[in-house]
Amino acid sequence: MDTNNMHPVMKWVEYRLPVFSFLDHSLGTQYPTPKNLNYWWNFGSLLGLVLVIMIASGISLAMHYTAHIDFAFNSVERIMRDVNYGWLIRYIHMNGGSMFFIAVYIHIFRGLYFGSYQAPREILWMIGIFILLAMMATAFMGYVLPWGQMSFWGATVITNLFSAIPVVGDSIVTLLWGGFSVDNPTLNRFFALHYLFPFVIVGLVVLHIWALHIHGSNNPTGIDVKNKEQDTVGFHPYFSVKDLFGMGVFLMFFMFFVFFAPNFFGEVDNYIPADPMVTPTHIVPEWYFLPYYAILRAFTGDFLVYQVVSLGGLLMDAKLAGVLAMFASILLLLFMPWLDGAKVRSCRFRPIMAMAFWVFFLDCLVLGYIGGKPAEGIYVTIGQFTTFYYFFHLLVLVPLISRLERPKPLPESINASVLKAAE
Amino acid sequence: MSDTATPEQSAEVDDKSKRDFLFISTAAVGAVGTAFAAWPFIDQMNPAADTLALSTTEVDLKPIEEGQSITVVWRGKPVFIRHRTAKEIEDSENVKTADLIDPEADADRVQKPEWLVMVGICTHLGCIPKGNKPGEKKGDFGGWFCPCHGSHYDVSGRIRKGPAPKNLPVPSYSFLSDTNIKIG
Repeated sequence: MDTNNMHPVMKWVEYRLPVFSFLDHSLGTQYPTPKNLNYWWNFGSLLGLVLVIMIASGISLAMHYTAHIDFAFNSVERIMRDVNYGWLIRYIHMNGGSMFFIAVYIHIFRGLYFGSYQAPREILWMIGIFILLAMMATAFMGYVLPWGQMSFWGATVITNLFSAIPVVGDSIVTLLWGGFSVDNPTLNRFFALHYLFPFVIVGLVVLHIWALHIHGSNNPTGIDVKNKEQDTVGFHPYFSVKDLFGMGVFLMFFMFFVFFAPNFFGEVDNYIPADPMVTPTHIVPEWYFLPYYAILRAFTGDFLVYQVVSLGGLLMDAKLAGVLAMFASILLLLFMPWLDGAKVRSCRFRPIMAMAFWVFFLDCLVLGYIGGKPAEGIYVTIGQFTTFYYFFHLLVLVPLISRLERPKPLPESINASVLKAAE
Repeated sequence: MSDTATPEQSAEVDDKSKRDFLFISTAAVGAVGTAFAAWPFIDQMNPAADTLALSTTEVDLKPIEEGQSITVVWRGKPVFIRHRTAKEIEDSENVKTADLIDPEADADRVQKPEWLVMVGICTHLGCIPKGNKPGEKKGDFGGWFCPCHGSHYDVSGRIRKGPAPKNLPVPSYSFLSDTNIKIG
């Protein structure tokens, strides 16, 4: 950065703490960005925006919320009715959770399609999966705080997952609860952790961006930058402006729900105060957990996949198998860089893999649909088949297709692909 | 200072194993110390003394008629107490235990056959089964039915069908008199 043209005050600061050149190299004119990035590359910055909105609205809510089983529900209602703009801030926070997951799932599927997890971006990808896990923990604990029926029973069902662990399971559940059921100590600690985790996510995001900036963004062709002059442009103003435009569009989508359908993503049962003596007839998690919930429930005694992995029920019971499968469905993604053995990143040049990708995408949607349906009749069969396919894709199709498929010829360079597209 | 400049050779004395020992033992002591220091921060999450103090509940059984069930709260959880009829006791005792998902004889689940006391929490994922109130669905085996994921329990509280792995647990309880029990 040319310090000679700086304002004297900036120059004084820059000499002591080089923030201006740091920003210029990380978000400014000096950060080379592939010039062919499409709109799927907007979701990283959108996620950063949502994280900031969630922290800002969350801290505001914490100023009015009471983490006690006798007061929590009413303090949320007070926020809705009495606190100045409380309704707005709560609806932003509530729908922000859904926006966060919409954006993160698009961001992840973008990475899967264009092979963004491949060398040398494995650690970048893995940090991203850890961010997803931290987001899920945060969202789950946040949903408990209003202390409605779904809060209470969601917390009961999810904490009970840990009881499936052999030997120590029940002690772990007692430790999580701080008692013998989900109760005041549980609510209190969930509030403390719900406040803490977003800052853990901020830390992980810093690592994620750090890793990103070592080798720069992947791009739709998946080929490396060969000539910095021809293949890249400075992040600012080209992509700063494009990201801002994306934020505008995304905020319109976000605010549509906040103002016109604020409870669209929620469950009506959560406006009934928690009652430990009455279970709602149909417990469903928030929509963004539905695919995992479907995987959890797919494991019943007669599920063929269960019979095989447990050696006919010898190794574990169906409940433990379901819990392990649910965690494995996310943790397996950590191994994507090695499950995929292709030399070419982008599915644009891997037509068979692209097809498998879309079937997998559809499979995830069906899993989500099944997770929201009662576990009976045809839904069980579909849930078990789609669960099987989820793992079949990651463990069989990806390793095989990526190693056997002959990719289409790659463009000479990012620049060449852009010029060809312009013709 | 002249004599401190010479021992360049003495620095090459082979003390690698001594250094390794010091390094490993220091690290080990440090790790153990850290674990001890961490324990209070983990254990604080376990039930506190006042929570533990609420861990027994006394119930008067006199008002419960034959064929009737009540739900009491023990440690924040529902406990089902059923005054079973002679037919229910007979039915439960006649089930072949070997065929059950979680084999357990009815006699091992009760202290007095007419009184069935158990924690009313489904062993699958912690919902409260239906069937303790009149008019509620009792499932295919006439006992309890969990609506969350479809587990059926019989009149002894044993799992007969569905995803739950275990029978409804029997808490520790004792008869203080013929019509009075203490749970916990």
